[in-house]
Amino acid sequence: MTNHWNDIQHADAILIMGSNAAENHPISFKWVNEARAKRGAKLLNVDPRFTRTSAVADHYARIRSGTDIAFLGGMINYAIRNNRINWDYIRDYSDAAYLVNPDFRGAADLDGVFSGLKGSTYDKSTWSYQTDENGVPKRDETMQDPNSVFQLLKKHYARYTPEKVCELTGTDPKDFETVCDVFTATYLPEKSGTIMYAMGTTQHTYGSQNVRAFSVLQILLGNIGVAGGGINALRGESNVQGSTDHGALYHILPGYLKYPKASEQSLAVYNTNNTPKSNDPMSINWWGNTPKYMASLLKAWWRDADLETGYSYLPKIDDTTNYSYLPIFNEMARGNIKGMFAWGMNPAVGAPSARLIRRALAKLEWLVAIDLWETETSAFWQKEAGVDPSTINTEVFLLPAAASMEKEGSVANSSRLAQWRYKAVNPPGRAEDDLAILTMLVNKTKELYAKEGGAFPDPILNLSWNYGKLGLDGKIHHPSPREVAKEINGFFLVDKEVDGKLYKAGDMVPGFPALQDDGSTCSGNWLYCNSISDTENRMMRRDTSDPTGLGFYHNWAWCWPMNRRIIYNRASVDKKGQPFAKDKPVIWWSPLKKAWLGDVPDGGGGPGAKHPFIMVPHGRAQLFSASMTDGPFPEHYEPLESQVRNTISAAQVSPVIMRWDKKVQEEVCDPMLVEGCNAAVFGCEEAPEFPIVCTTYRVVEHWQTGQMTRWLPWLTELVPNQFVEMSEEFAKEKGIRNGELVRVTSIRNREGIIANAYVTKRFKPFTINGETVHQVGMTWHFGYKGLVTGANANDLSPFVGDANTMIPEYKAFLVNVEKVRR
Amino acid sequence: MTEYIKLIDLTKCTGCRGCQVACKNWNGLPAEKTQFIGSLQNPADLSYDTWCLIRFDEIENGSGLKWVMRHDACMHCDWPACVKACPSPGALVKTETGAVVHDPNFCIGCKACTVACPFDIPRYSAVNENISKCTLCYDRITDGRKPACVTSCPTGCLTFGPKAEMQVRARARAAEISGVVYPNNPKYQTNVLYIMPAEIRAAQLQHMNPNPKMPTTVLWWKNLFKPFTLIGMGAVAGAAMLHYMVRGPHEPEKKEGGE
Repeated sequence: MTNHWNDIQHADAILIMGSNAAENHPISFKWVNEARAKRGAKLLNVDPRFTRTSAVADHYARIRSGTDIAFLGGMINYAIRNNRINWDYIRDYSDAAYLVNPDFRGAADLDGVFSGLKGSTYDKSTWSYQTDENGVPKRDETMQDPNSVFQLLKKHYARYTPEKVCELTGTDPKDFETVCDVFTATYLPEKSGTIMYAMGTTQHTYGSQNVRAFSVLQILLGNIGVAGGGINALRGESNVQGSTDHGALYHILPGYLKYPKASEQSLAVYNTNNTPKSNDPMSINWWGNTPKYMASLLKAWWRDADLETGYSYLPKIDDTTNYSYLPIFNEMARGNIKGMFAWGMNPAVGAPSARLIRRALAKLEWLVAIDLWETETSAFWQKEAGVDPSTINTEVFLLPAAASMEKEGSVANSSRLAQWRYKAVNPPGRAEDDLAILTMLVNKTKELYAKEGGAFPDPILNLSWNYGKLGLDGKIHHPSPREVAKEINGFFLVDKEVDGKLYKAGDMVPGFPALQDDGSTCSGNWLYCNSISDTENRMMRRDTSDPTGLGFYHNWAWCWPMNRRIIYNRASVDKKGQPFAKDKPVIWWSPLKKAWLGDVPDGGGGPGAKHPFIMVPHGRAQLFSASMTDGPFPEHYEPLESQVRNTISAAQVSPVIMRWDKKVQEEVCDPMLVEGCNAAVFGCEEAPEFPIVCTTYRVVEHWQTGQMTRWLPWLTELVPNQFVEMSEEFAKEKGIRNGELVRVTSIRNREGIIANAYVTKRFKPFTINGETVHQVGMTWHFGYKGLVTGANANDLSPFVGDANTMIPEYKAFLVNVEKVRR
Repeated sequence: MTEYIKLIDLTKCTGCRGCQVACKNWNGLPAEKTQFIGSLQNPADLSYDTWCLIRFDEIENGSGLKWVMRHDACMHCDWPACVKACPSPGALVKTETGAVVHDPNFCIGCKACTVACPFDIPRYSAVNENISKCTLCYDRITDGRKPACVTSCPTGCLTFGPKAEMQVRARARAAEISGVVYPNNPKYQTNVLYIMPAEIRAAQLQHMNPNPKMPTTVLWWKNLFKPFTLIGMGAVAGAAMLHYMVRGPHEPEKKEGGE
């Protein structure tokens, strides 16, 4: 979230799109209702399904799964056509006035693609700004130059007319108009609108561009950095924000530092390649500090090694190989991965094409599952999984883990708020907390490397792991998460003077501006620097005072960065430092005190001194982004599996999504001997026998793959079975009665899965390009373990991901639905 | 002791069913074995072990589709039909907090309350031979806490407070959304109130009595026939006493045969 949970109360319009917040983030509705009661805010909901969120929305607009960019492009076009633009904001705080390389060609010129397309990748050399002799982007303050970002944007989205949009999305034009009207009305400086989104936005082959489309819209309306505005990702798990902050993804290190590549063999090369530069004196260009953060991280991990040695210890990834979720299982299926830790993960249910995933697990020599209950993943070899256990050679270990209330530590929620959580009870039996399990593993690994040596033992042997009491045996026992938290914040390793203040070795680093690139500081995650002071762990604070009355609660726990509750908040004030919205200011400049008041201000300097978007090189929000792999402006493409022709352009699907070549597909499929497994496992563009759009989702009563909730009687009572939601019209056509069993098949799974039909008025057929398109939906909460079991929707979903992130496409694919005949 | 009201604002319910689980948790009620019934509603109905249930109704009319989720539990009537109908003193009691509580120790399992209740709330268990229902968390509210369901509600749909204050709030909210307060029968008031949205009427929702009132059968029985039965019972007792005085105590019959 750019903003935070209780900031939703300040919104004048709330757009929930790609999220079912009422079900998956029920507490958010406290603040949604607050905004409606206090500000008369309108709640808009755009979704393929009429959900529990839709039930309480002021306006609901239905869209066909996967057509978000068409809808949002239409909203952007509406804002431009109706002059609902915060002109001062986009001129001063965005790149709207920058001039783009004259050789750039957009999707309007090239029928759906951008200049530089070579095969399935873009050469992005034309996706750049024109710069002056100092290297600063050239501007046209009037934003009339045909090469200005604004004119290019306008031209791009002029094609997204209401007629074209509704033809693709299937939305009632009146509903579309209402959503556009209500939301774009927040372009006024004193108004703000917030966007709440989740996996319905991201889990598409163009999921990242869906989010980009939100950004473009919010920048045009001047809704970023302000109270009641922002782009707010509602994270899918209580600590998933923490897991990404701390680098639990292959392409990033803690604090979103880029992961070193094989071509970057020295720290010096890494720093040169990964430290952006800006020649604009008003740009803070925060990532310019990358060398300080990287040095501090290396020192946190290898305290006694010099920086270059520490860097050499970090494994490097191939420059071009993708190591994300789907490729891991692809390699596993081909027998290239020996062992796996499934640590609180249940891919046997949660991964796409889960049948294939379960077969891939059988290729492992060993599997360690660490969880609260026996999960489908740890039981992939059992009869319930539909396999003969005698054919499986994988050795499986199931380690009992401690649940959240049985361990101590920090949890970072969507508000970027890190809150300390205490242990309430001891875990049962021999269950251990994660840190204890990890420490045992580290100790044993170090012991084996010390005894047996190995190809490269130094990184393991020299790893700093001082999180507990040193026992007589020379090993760490009872590791403490408080010690880990201190290292994450970071401390001085030697006496050092910073900005005229002397810090002694061992002093906590007061904040990331004090981190050093010479190895004199360590910090396990620069973003969390400032979370612990010499006297207190700020994540433990529980002070409910709110002196400004704006809901910042600065003394309740701690949020990154630097306890700033709304990021980019310098964009909420004019050049004199006065807030655009007087009744809900975020920060304001006090000429008397010569200081910013309110929230913690973003970046340094007085009013008008610096550009507000400090994390991008030039300091201005990017309507035009060259960092995306699939285009600087979001463009509508159809889902890989779609029976609808894209009528915006000739490009049916995104040209740069990762497609698995035929050889790889054969290698994966043939030995698997999965019936019906063929190239189409990975997603198929032509499948006339599967005409129904299917989407998957969660319900409030269950959690993820159900590995925690399907063992709880009070929750299984509420939702005991898998179901398939469908319209009354479709059910009638197929002779299906509500509640009876149906078979759902896809090109990957022709034997299909069986579930209960849920015939409802809340689903309606779409009319797309004049033809009827039916849509169904299923939860992905069910598997073969637990008090209740049921068919897994992911046994149907395609093995294809987003062009930028490889997040799997769970939200739009094709199936067929038939009544089960007895 | 303060008299309370629980207010249910149907415009704010998101059907998260936190209340349904919190009720089971606080009251130690077991889960039922359920099956999908073609709706998210589950269990399908209130029961001996389910005192609070979110009911889901899909209503399509001129103003489009409405998906109404309704928290259904005891209404805690001012003049409770169940208490009126109950023949066993102490089994069902209207307390000064407004809560109608039941005590299984005094319940004789006659099911009179289950027939009398205009909201079909008390449920009988043949196994336990008594009834059970929502107590408005009497054990919590007399300890200064809110009922478990209200505490769990994230959206502000369920609120709880002193009667006069909540009545004002209910009327204000109903006026704000051009809706109505349910029940709106001045002769039959309750310590639980609903805010009904303008476009939804009670008759459109499952298990919602559009016109709740004291059943006439209960009145007939309790006000008219009960005195006669009491006279009858007194007469029987009197006759027995007379018999005792005239004939002496009943002697056990001597067994024939012996040893």
